[in-house]
Formats: sequence, structure tokens, C-alpha cells
Amino acid sequence: MSDLDTHGSVSADVAGGDPEAVEGKSPFQLAMGRFRRDKLTLVALGFVVTYVTAAIAAPFLVKAGVLDPYTTNQDLIGPDTIPIGKWGGISWEHPLGIEPGIGRDALSRIWYGMTFSLGIALTATLFAIGLGVIIGIVSGGAGGKTDAVLGRLTDLTLAFPQTLMVLALYSLGLAFITGTLHVPGGDLANAVYVTAILGLFGWTGVGRLIRGQVLSIREREFVEAARMIGASKMRIYFREILPNLWAPILIMFSLYMPIFVSAEAALSFLGVGIKPPTPTLGNVLADSLDYAQADFVYFFAPAALIAIIVVSFNLLGDGLRDALDPKADR
Amino acid sequence: MSETMSTAPAGGAPAAEPEDDAILQVRNLKMYFPVKSTGIIRRTIGHVQAVDGVSFRVPAGGSLGLVGESGCGKSTTGRMVTRLYEPTGGSIMFDGQDITKINARGLKPLRREIQMIFQDPYTSLNPRHTVGSIVGAPLRIHGVLPKDKVLGRVQELLEIVGLNPEHYNRYPHEFSGGQRQRIGIARALTLQPKLLVADEPVSALDVSIQAQVINLLRDLQKEFNIAFLFIAHDLAVVRHFCPEVAVMYLGKIVEVGDRETLYNHPNHPYTQALLSAVPDVSQATIGGRRERIRLEGDVPSPINPPSGCRFRTRCPIAKDICAAVEPPLLQIGPRHKVACHFPGEIGAHPTEPVTQRLLGVDAHGQPDPGASPVEIPSGPGYSDTWFDLRSNALGRS
Repeated sequence: MSDLDTHGSVSADVAGGDPEAVEGKSPFQLAMGRFRRDKLTLVALGFVVTYVTAAIAAPFLVKAGVLDPYTTNQDLIGPDTIPIGKWGGISWEHPLGIEPGIGRDALSRIWYGMTFSLGIALTATLFAIGLGVIIGIVSGGAGGKTDAVLGRLTDLTLAFPQTLMVLALYSLGLAFITGTLHVPGGDLANAVYVTAILGLFGWTGVGRLIRGQVLSIREREFVEAARMIGASKMRIYFREILPNLWAPILIMFSLYMPIFVSAEAALSFLGVGIKPPTPTLGNVLADSLDYAQADFVYFFAPAALIAIIVVSFNLLGDGLRDALDPKADR
Repeated sequence: MSETMSTAPAGGAPAAEPEDDAILQVRNLKMYFPVKSTGIIRRTIGHVQAVDGVSFRVPAGGSLGLVGESGCGKSTTGRMVTRLYEPTGGSIMFDGQDITKINARGLKPLRREIQMIFQDPYTSLNPRHTVGSIVGAPLRIHGVLPKDKVLGRVQELLEIVGLNPEHYNRYPHEFSGGQRQRIGIARALTLQPKLLVADEPVSALDVSIQAQVINLLRDLQKEFNIAFLFIAHDLAVVRHFCPEVAVMYLGKIVEVGDRETLYNHPNHPYTQALLSAVPDVSQATIGGRRERIRLEGDVPSPINPPSGCRFRTRCPIAKDICAAVEPPLLQIGPRHKVACHFPGEIGAHPTEPVTQRLLGVDAHGQPDPGASPVEIPSGPGYSDTWFDLRSNALGRS
């Protein structure tokens, strides 16, 4: 399989033998061509690359001392707990001002917090999509009783009073994660809880969408052709059907990343998730709400960053879909 | 009459049948699809009798054409032979092995012997796989070749079907319909099968391409000695390709015979109607109009097919007996069988049912206590004795 699928490099060798041959473009090259013509998507991609790179770099910058999300600067805080100076205490040393109350550097906290937020959102998205894709493919592919059972499971998950249970089961869940799964307590256990919650309740949309797609794909003759050559069920599900699901999976990815970034923020506001002093966009935003009027910059910065992440991811996903699958049904 | 009858071989399987060369023998094959009621408890409320008692044989390296209109069960028959469907009844003998109820484990080696060419080259190739990966998939699944040899074999196959072997890394959408069908044929050939079931292999193609693909199939048949079960609704294509043709109507074979007999001397009214609908260029040049037999009404539902002869509701010559008794598939020539009470060429159908004595009924299909019914061979092949229409008796030429 692998030697046949590396179309890029192999085609170059083949074309080299015949100088008259018209250079054929691989589907990937064609997709990249379409992608490059789409200016809005390129802008969105620029944003995504920038903040993802920034998120990856943050831990190293913290280690190097460039970002300092933990040191308090009590001397920069006025008696009313509001930072001294205009715009929340913006200065060369603190480009986004400092945190009201105990005076940690706002830029560092938002920047480093983005790393945790994106990490949680990415893990949860992969978890939810992985779960949804597997359940959707098996459900749609197998049909019959399997489909019925998995369908009811989806209904049950959707009918579950999520927010309430997430809050109610918080301590229980944490105890399970630290006790049974032997995950060290604190930030990691909290992150696992949030990721698990987002994933376990988030797969239903993916599952239903994928099931629907599979129902239509499995009627195509190539699935029958695969059975005809003796392919196993697993091969049919994951080698024949799954590659045809790229478009919906990509759309789902582009939708779920921003949803989970804001979901993490919402859970933080409700007190579930990684706790300060470790920053996440969620707990920084939740903290800043108290100062929305008194220190607008401190409130606005994380909110704006969340908005940028959500919008740019959505646009990128749309553009990728247009480029990779020009014939896909909308 | 009775003397002649007594010389007829008794029993359903005459010993003289030259069956040894048959690679595929199908006996009394049935496929009933359950019809479920709607609602929570989905009871089976009926069956679609898609195929109901079909028998035929395909000689090794030969080809049998299966024709009929949409929904007559010809594709279902093909899918049972390839065991994509499990038959409800009957038996399929392939190369001396009963494959009717073979399980999933036994099915895998069978896949190397029987392959299928699909109807629509636009949906039968996975758009996400390269041609090399599509054609090479059977090799990988069955592990017949070491990995580094697969590419060479794939290129060889592409060359055999008339494609550029350098194109193995392209995707199906980069090819035309005819080329795609060639890819499908290459995939079917990969495991060097003995029998190919071609399910309308050219009906989705441009007419200008059809001939190329048909000729390719023909060359492949000669070169690799592959037997074909050729399913089509295009009578001209089947005539070109198959020395032997079976006509199906509503899940049953109504007439089967060698090409010349069937096309020039059809005896079943349905075959006659079917053939009269084929456009004829020579007729157009002399300006004449051949008489077309127009069938009234629609094909009845296979859930509740008509009693007796399934064609009787639309048959121009149907009589009482047709509703009462189902006509057996009666051999009326050296290589010609027909399932009709009144077999004969157009305008020469007998007025009395020729089958009444054989079946032991009177002319209206009521049981005739004085008659001595004869068991009519229902096997897939031909016997060297047959029912002679002129003398109205069983005999041999």
C-alpha cells in the first residue's frame, strides 16, 4: 500500500523517464493550488499558525524567563486593587498591563493560558472525533441491532443533563482520576477531567454525522467490490469508507476546536478545570470578569483572543474543506 | 405417443447430460428478501421473490448471457453466484464444490476463483484510492505476492487491460468511464479467477466505448480461459458476447438456448416481445417497419407474483392453463429450453397446451385423472432427448 500511495515522489520518477509526458498534478497539488487562491483562508491560516506556534513556544519562553506568569508585583497595584497607571498598567515591561489584585503579568498569563486551553481543546477534539468516527462508522456500517444500540446510546448521551452532572460529579470524577487511574492530582487531573467530559459528551454530533455519511457511502459499489475481493469488515470500515469521510471529519474538527476552547472557558467560569495559579484562557477570563469595568484591558484581552481563535479556526476549516473536497456536498 | 413417452429417460437427471465441462452449475436457485412492517416490532410481512427457482450452467471458459428487464432478478442471481448474497434455496456448484452455504472463512479462497465486474465504473472504484492501490488490493488481502512484487503485477495488469502502466498512481477521477471500467476489469483479473460475473459491464458506458470494452473482455476470455456469466439488458451486446443466452422474467428463466436458436427462433412470447423491441438498422434502410409486440401493463410485483405462469398477466397468448399450472422449463431442441404451455414461433403458437400430457392436466389446467405425468428434467444442462414440437412427443433427433 505504502509504496503505491506516495504519489508525490513516485510520479516524479516516472515522469522523468519520458520528457514528452504532460506533468500530471496529484490531487494534493491541486488542492494546494485551490487553497493558495483562497485569500481569506490564508489569513485565517496565518492567525492559526501564529497562535499555535506561540502556544507551543510558551513553555519554553516561561522556562527562559521571557514570560513570567507567576511572579506577583504588589508594588504596581493601587490600594483599590486596580493596577496603577493607564490601561491596566500597560508599560514596556508589561505590554498588556498586569493582573489586578496581585499583579502578575497579564500577557504572560494569557499567552501561557492559551497553551493550556488549546492543549485541552485539541485533546478533547481528537478524543470526541475519534470516538464519534468509530461509533459512527460501526453504527452505519453494521446496521441492524448494532446500529439500534449505538443509536440509543447517542440519544442517552444527548439527553444527559451535562452541565449539572459535570458540576455534581466533579469531585467524584477527580477522585476516580487520581485514585483509580493514578493520575497525579492538581492541574493534570483537572485537565484530564475536563478533556474526558468534553470528549465523552461531545462525540454525539460527530457520530450522527458520520453514521449518515456511512449509510450513503456503503451503498456505493466500491464497498461491494471490496467485499468481493475478500476484504475484512475492519478493512472495509477503515480503509474503504473512512478515507471518504475526510471532508466531514475536517469540518467537525474545525467546528469542535473553537467550541471546546469556549467550553473550557465556560467550565472554568463554573469552577471546573485547571485552577489558578496555572493560567488557562478560561480561568483568566473568569477572573477578569470581576474587573470588566475597572480594568477593561485585562478583561478584553483574553476575550478577544478566544474570539480570534474561534473565528480563525472556523474559517480555516471552511477553506480546507473547499480546497480538499471541491465536489463535497455542503 | 405413450410408446415414445416410455422411452424418455425417467428421473430428473439424465445420465447422458454432458455436464463435465461445466464450471458453474446452478440448480433451483432462490432468493427471497423479507419485507418488514414498519413500526417498533418489525415483523416479516412478505417476501420479495427476486429469484425463484433458476437453473443454468456455465461451461469452463464459456459464457452464458443472462438478459431481462430491470428487476427481473438477473443481478440478484449474479450476486448469489458471487456469494455477495446468501441464497434462500437451491444450490450453486462451482468447480465441483458446493458453495451455496459456504461460510465467511470458506468464502475467502473462493474470491480468488470467482470475481465480478460491476455495472457503474463511477461508483465501483473508491475515489480515495489510487489505481495501483485498487488493482493491487486483492493481492494484498490474499497475500499472494510479496509486497515488493505487487507494483510490478499491477502494472502488468494495467497493460493487459489497455491502460498506461505508468498511471498506477493516479486517482479514478482522472480517468474516463471506459478507462475506469478497464480498471474494474483489471481488479477482477488480479487474482486470476476462473469465473467472472459481469453485471451489466457496459451499460453505463458510451455506446462508442461499449464495443472496446466488450472486445477487451472477449480477448481476456480467450487469453486466460475465463468463464463468464454475462448479465445485461442489451440484447445486441449479449448476442455478440455469449454463445448461450438465458432470458429471465420476474425471477424465473423463461427461455434458454444457444445464440442462433434464441435470437432467430424464439419460442417464448416474452422473448419474442423482447426481441421485437430491438431496433434493426436493416429495417430502417428498406423503410419497412417490423411489427413490434407491445406488452400491456407492468411487471407484476415480485412480492405477490401471478399464479401459474408469471408472464400470463401480460402474455398475448395466455389461456386458462397458464393461471392454473406453472409451465416447466421444457427442452424443445438440442440446446433450447422454454417455459411456456404454448411454445412456438411468432404466429405459430399451438392452440392446445403442449405440456398438458406431460403434466397430467387437461387443457384448462385441471388435474386429469387419466393422464400419466412425466417428470421433466429440471437440471441446469441439456439432455440429448427433448420434446419435439412437431410430433408433440418426447424423443431425440
